[in-house]
Amino acid sequence: MSALLGFAILFAFGCVMLAMAFCTVRLLIGPSAQDRVLALDTLWMCSMLLAIVLGIRHNSQVYFEMAMLIALVGFASTMALVKFLMRGEIIE
Amino acid sequence: MSELDAVPAWAALPIAFLLILGGIIVVVGALGLMRLPNFYQRIHGPAITITLGAGCLLIASMIFFTVLRSRPVIHELVITLFVLMTAPVVAMLIMRAAVYRDLRANKGESGVTEGGVYELPRQEKGDE
Repeated sequence: MSALLGFAILFAFGCVMLAMAFCTVRLLIGPSAQDRVLALDTLWMCSMLLAIVLGIRHNSQVYFEMAMLIALVGFASTMALVKFLMRGEIIE
Repeated sequence: MSELDAVPAWAALPIAFLLILGGIIVVVGALGLMRLPNFYQRIHGPAITITLGAGCLLIASMIFFTVLRSRPVIHELVITLFVLMTAPVVAMLIMRAAVYRDLRANKGESGVTEGGVYELPRQEKGDE
């Protein structure tokens, strides 16, 4: 039964890494600035999920604090970028 | 992976199911973010990733640590609550910024209108 659990953890790893690759593609090709902000926010969330899966893989509670900090900093940075989009830029 | 042998079968099955389901949901959300044609359609993809995918992975983590430590480990609920509270706020703010920028740039192909909500500077409208 531990083989099934190991396969599931590896599968979740692969899925989250694939999702991060998709978000990076959208971050690079995104036609407008709000696309890039949205992709960056999703990239923060995917890295938080990666920390959660790493915590399951290594059986360690330290990764919980790491995921918590990533979620907090991601929310603050996305908020700052949205404020910049609404106020700070002169469009054409 | 000696720790994984300590997990009994009745707990390993739901943990594996939730991990696989959460991984698939995360990939589907990110695929929607990459593939959909319009920004206002693209913003719906990460919502699935943040709510359902994160929920599945966090519940799997809670079951795993509860079974392995033989005591209730529920502090992943803090992350779940925080993410569930902030995800709609972030989505709404990004959407407002996108509508505001589209209105400022006079791009009307998305069908956005002012609707008495957004106050645009008058001198930009007077140029046309």
